[in-house]
Amino acid sequence: MLTKRIIPCLDVTFVEGEGRVVKGVEFVNLRDAGDPVNLAQRYNDEGADELVFLDITASHEGRRTMIEVVEKTAEQVFIPLTVGGGIRNIQDIENLLCAGADKVSINTSAVKNPDLITNASDIFGTQCIVVAIDCRRNPRVEEGRTVVKLEDGSHAWYEVVIYGGREPTGIDAIEWAKKVEKLGAGEILLTSMDRDGTKDGYDIPVTRKISEEVRIPVIASGGAGTPEHFFEGFVKGGADACLAASLFHFNELSIKELKEYLKSKGLEVRI
Amino acid sequence: MRIGIVDYGVGNLKSISHAVEKKGGKAVITSSPDELRRCDGIILPGVGAFRCAIENIAPIKSEILELVSDRPLLGICLGMQILASESEEGGLHRGLDLIPGKVTRLTGDIKIPHMGWNSLRITRYSELFDGIEDGSYVYFVHSYFMRTDERFVSTKTEYGVEFPSSVVRDSVMGTQFHPEKSGDTGLRIIENFIDMCRR
Repeated sequence: MLTKRIIPCLDVTFVEGEGRVVKGVEFVNLRDAGDPVNLAQRYNDEGADELVFLDITASHEGRRTMIEVVEKTAEQVFIPLTVGGGIRNIQDIENLLCAGADKVSINTSAVKNPDLITNASDIFGTQCIVVAIDCRRNPRVEEGRTVVKLEDGSHAWYEVVIYGGREPTGIDAIEWAKKVEKLGAGEILLTSMDRDGTKDGYDIPVTRKISEEVRIPVIASGGAGTPEHFFEGFVKGGADACLAASLFHFNELSIKELKEYLKSKGLEVRI
Repeated sequence: MRIGIVDYGVGNLKSISHAVEKKGGKAVITSSPDELRRCDGIILPGVGAFRCAIENIAPIKSEILELVSDRPLLGICLGMQILASESEEGGLHRGLDLIPGKVTRLTGDIKIPHMGWNSLRITRYSELFDGIEDGSYVYFVHSYFMRTDERFVSTKTEYGVEFPSSVVRDSVMGTQFHPEKSGDTGLRIIENFIDMCRR
């Protein structure tokens, strides 16, 4: 049976020309979590199913550093690698795939230029194009929006946000998810900005809604704080994979413990 | 052991080459038949569409068929599918016909592509799976699979249907999964392949 996947996310920036993994809340108060290649190796040894590297600088220099990080990681780590952050065109994608990435994650550029999804999946195959969707709850319910019932019984629609959550787009996240599937996305990485960094748990209402509406795998992201949150993400949210960052980096929870917990709850995981 | 990785313009060859080197082989990425002739075994990688792959490999097809008569070949993912007689991906296309079989689409109430970690049920002994426990997990990304005679099937995997996740016919082998992305289990399979190239 296909297993549920656990994916550590490594947010990479660089200090004096070297890639470092960092984590903060809303990109402030960044804490240094170590060397990306070493961390990738550690997660591989602990049983991570995939790894995601995000270049949070999304700068020219950042992309170059990321290629070196991917090259070094791919020499040592034999599980799938996804890389995102600042990818603007086909050339950026090709550079990362040639460096050893298996998938790329496109976010802001996909919103600005949806043709990039189609062109990229035509050239490289849908399986390597992940579209990252960052969204935020908008309680101003309007006609034409996909309204979702929240945990407390209130209603909201989910708005796509770009540039790391700084810019709202007016786009309905559920409609956007359906559209990116049609355009050729192979997977959706869904981050709820309401939950990111909170450790209150994944945003179940939007995860469930999108999982029901598309036929491609959905990765839940943002908010994981306990093993129970992962269980909810899979069972209530219908996610195919759950992603987390700081929880793993700072040894609050090991992937091995997490998987043993999920297995004890009856989920199929790779141990 | 020199392991030739056939570069026919499809996909990421870095991972498989790193995996071969990690297990003590010398990885030679090439599309030259002369280079391949100097290798002890051949790996046929592949990501993308069947038609594209078979068109790209056409110029060296006869050399590949000649080379596999006296050295092991491992096809990975699409590289396994093109070993079959034919495929119905994007119309009907002829394959290399090294293993009698037909490539068809996965069906059922499932998400396609089949992407992620799934388990192997070992159905027939092969050296390729030496030291691999029944039920081990490996990494898949595919939408099509090969239908073939039971006698060529060495492992099966369940996804909508139970399909052949690896095939072996003498020294021609194929895995539908990616051993180079399957952690320690995958590396062991690569190591077994390199060992099979020793004689």
